[in-house]
Amino acid sequence: MKLTVWTYEGPPHVGAMRVATGMTNLHYVLHAPQGDTYADLLFTMIERRNHRPPVTYTTFQARDLGADTAYLFKDAAMAAYERFKPEAMIVGASCTAELIQDDPGGLAETLGLPIPAIPLELPSYQRKENFGADETFYQIVKALARPMKKTARVTANLIGPTALGFRHRDDIVEVTGLLMDMGIEVNVAAPMPASPSDIAKMGQAHFNVLMYPETAETAARYMEREFGQPYTKTVPIGVGATRDFVKEVAQIANLEPVLDDSRLRMPWYSASVDSTYLTGKRVFLFGDGTHVAACARIARDEMGFEVVGMGCYNREQARMLRGLAKEYGVEALITDDYLEVEGRIEELAPEMILGTQMERHIGKRLGIPCAVISAPVHVQDFPARYSPQMGIEGANVIFDTWVHPLVMGLEEHLLTMFREDFEFHDDAGASHHGGKAKLREMGINATSETETKTPESVQANTGPVEIVWLPAAEKELKKIPFFVRGKAKRNTETFASERGVQEISVDTLYEAKAHYAR
Amino acid sequence: MTEQFAPPPSRGCSNTPVLKERGQHEVFCGLTGIIWLHRKMQDAFFLVVGSRTCAHLLQSAAGVMIFAEPRFATAILEETDLAGMADAQQELDRVVSELLERRPDIKQLFLVGSCPSEVIKLDLAKAAERMSAQFAPNVRVLSYSGSGIETTFTQGEDACLAAMVPVLPQTDARELLLVGALPDIVEEQAVGLLEAMGIGPIRVLPASRVNDEYGIGPNTLYALTQPFLTETHEALQRRGANHIAAPFPFGEEGTTAWLRAIADQFGVSDAKFAEVTDAPRARARKAVAQASEALRGKSVFFFPDSQLEIPLARFLTRECGMDAIEVGAPFIHKTVMAPDLDLLAEGPTIAEGQDVDKQLDRCRDARPDLTVCGLGLANPLEAEGLTTKWAIELVFTPVHFYEQAGDLAGLFSRPMRRRDLLKLEAAE
Repeated sequence: MKLTVWTYEGPPHVGAMRVATGMTNLHYVLHAPQGDTYADLLFTMIERRNHRPPVTYTTFQARDLGADTAYLFKDAAMAAYERFKPEAMIVGASCTAELIQDDPGGLAETLGLPIPAIPLELPSYQRKENFGADETFYQIVKALARPMKKTARVTANLIGPTALGFRHRDDIVEVTGLLMDMGIEVNVAAPMPASPSDIAKMGQAHFNVLMYPETAETAARYMEREFGQPYTKTVPIGVGATRDFVKEVAQIANLEPVLDDSRLRMPWYSASVDSTYLTGKRVFLFGDGTHVAACARIARDEMGFEVVGMGCYNREQARMLRGLAKEYGVEALITDDYLEVEGRIEELAPEMILGTQMERHIGKRLGIPCAVISAPVHVQDFPARYSPQMGIEGANVIFDTWVHPLVMGLEEHLLTMFREDFEFHDDAGASHHGGKAKLREMGINATSETETKTPESVQANTGPVEIVWLPAAEKELKKIPFFVRGKAKRNTETFASERGVQEISVDTLYEAKAHYAR
Repeated sequence: MTEQFAPPPSRGCSNTPVLKERGQHEVFCGLTGIIWLHRKMQDAFFLVVGSRTCAHLLQSAAGVMIFAEPRFATAILEETDLAGMADAQQELDRVVSELLERRPDIKQLFLVGSCPSEVIKLDLAKAAERMSAQFAPNVRVLSYSGSGIETTFTQGEDACLAAMVPVLPQTDARELLLVGALPDIVEEQAVGLLEAMGIGPIRVLPASRVNDEYGIGPNTLYALTQPFLTETHEALQRRGANHIAAPFPFGEEGTTAWLRAIADQFGVSDAKFAEVTDAPRARARKAVAQASEALRGKSVFFFPDSQLEIPLARFLTRECGMDAIEVGAPFIHKTVMAPDLDLLAEGPTIAEGQDVDKQLDRCRDARPDLTVCGLGLANPLEAEGLTTKWAIELVFTPVHFYEQAGDLAGLFSRPMRRRDLLKLEAAE
């Protein structure tokens, strides 16, 4: 039993729903109690889909449990077939139905439907949403796709995009464009927006582009083995990764690498002087393994940030991320416990968080700017505008998205310069974010500048030695703009504890500053 | 107040045959009630004993929009818990100790049963008893089921309140008990009106803190503020308390009838009643008249959702001039619903339970001007050109009593006004 406040992933059948809802002409018959239909609103509200997810829930109730729930499943499956006439069906159980062991797969077989009914075994009490999506897609491919003669021209399948995916809709367009520039056509993009008959044609592609390992790695391995289709290992998020991706594709397809970067603005935006202020900003990354790994590279190599921590919630990517974290000289946090993530962020006091919707809340509470880089998603992660993460435009979008939560470059300099101005001070917040500016009351900080007062002030928790900030030093610390204050505080405390200094004075603060100056 | 309501219909819907359907239900389970209950009871914590699905539902229903650490959580059952029952009880003890250590401010803990905990027959009542003994007097532990196999959406609140009734102390005092978790502002208005008539003392279930509780007994008179509180109603009956039957306090008419029924029990004179209610009644009537302009002569179709459908259909037909085509409710408790059914003129199909695909067929055929439905259906129906009002807002928004009567009409008219306002085509 595990105490859980918030969860990063839903149950595995929600992963199966993401596959089914992304596809067309496929229907999912889910043996489930009343109430599991809540999952429909993830798609109709968060993603603003204009159709109900293609899911029929058997809706059994307590009074059915004494009798026969199997016939409920059969009736529901039959009615769903007759009403929706899908090309194929997937059938399975949600967590409660798993306990009553009705075997939806076996029951569906007895119906003698004229279409494939693909059984799903998704262990609800062991696995989670991403596993559910990955396994479902794999089972669909395994059931419907066959080895085929490859197309005359070089073609590729795009695999991994699902409903409710973080920017999957736009990534498909972007990656299709990247391939097209090299003269490669997309054979099938799946699961979204393929139909079962499209899936049947997947074998004719020359290779697979694995867009999201979270949802399609098992299928990629299967197709490599069965259809002789290699798959790409680079996820083209970021400028460097996009260039690497093009190279990798060229190698697989035996073509010249071609990348049209005429619309690529990100490198110049990052190099231009206004971006100087981004240098060495301390960032913490958290999300699914794939997005975190890609964004860590962007953060360090393309934005000039300092990565102070990273982690992921999906254990499937734990090994990869641990290895990567080592390269960055940080420890990976592998957990799906929201409170643990919050604790780590508090401890590291980064200047920015690159996370999920959950970290956005943590950032809001701790006063740390946050940009969303990964699922779990919310309604604002489905913008009306074209907004991919992958490829050339993805790199541009990421630059804008990550810079937006921060105070603007020149503004940051001016805040430092005029930090005592009552209208234009750091507590006023970034000027482009709306919200009423707080005027600072001046003159109330008339405390003595001397350090003769009793050291009753802030106690820092830096290990065994108790460090105390003297009032004057504390006041000086407050003069430092908020976006670097956390860093200054931390550096000073580390500096002091390393030297056995127990009281931090103004001098200690500036000695630490000089020590860490770069 | 001199103006009278339209006379009650010669034939109400009390005896209308009910269309009972079973099939796919497009509704929430009772766990959803935790979203508002945990805000109402400020010293309570709700621990769902369930699966990842339960945790995911709560977070999706809450929209991940709560900044403070929520006063609810899920003890997620894992493979090992399903193997043997003794383990599960021990595990629950461990999780609860962990939780109470973290949150010493908790005074009441609700162990909330879910579909999986019901199916494996995890005895939460026994666990609650054991823990109550262990943590008394600091923490009271109660249990109820919010599982989808037993409860629909608002029935979760009902199950929660019903679980609180047996532990209330006994009293012989003649007191009025208002039953239902209402937003504070609405609750204060109701209490204010009743006190102005000289009625009291007035108690509320649920009280906002465990220490604010009171006794219950044969002299207790109670009025329900929400139509879904049928188990609680029966639990109160078992304690000997007396039900004041009335239409539910939605709109000017419902509020007046509800207040009148209580006033009669407490011997309030007509003059006193008029003195207290005339001004707010006039305000409510005016507000409803303005807000319902877009609704007059329009048709409405209710999918089952919050259990508020019948009283709201009564409000929309009698005070806002709408025609009801179908009124679907998850379940219909005849006794509790009778006063509202009597006022709802014969005509609409009254449906209980759901087969969502068949109901969608009926809705598409009827092409209602307004469809009241859950969040899973609203956008798909809008995309088909139907105007919808998503029903969950009716549960999350203050809509009871006089001062909110106009807002209630406004919730229904806004989607219609919006459809008229939007000009998304090229100019002619």
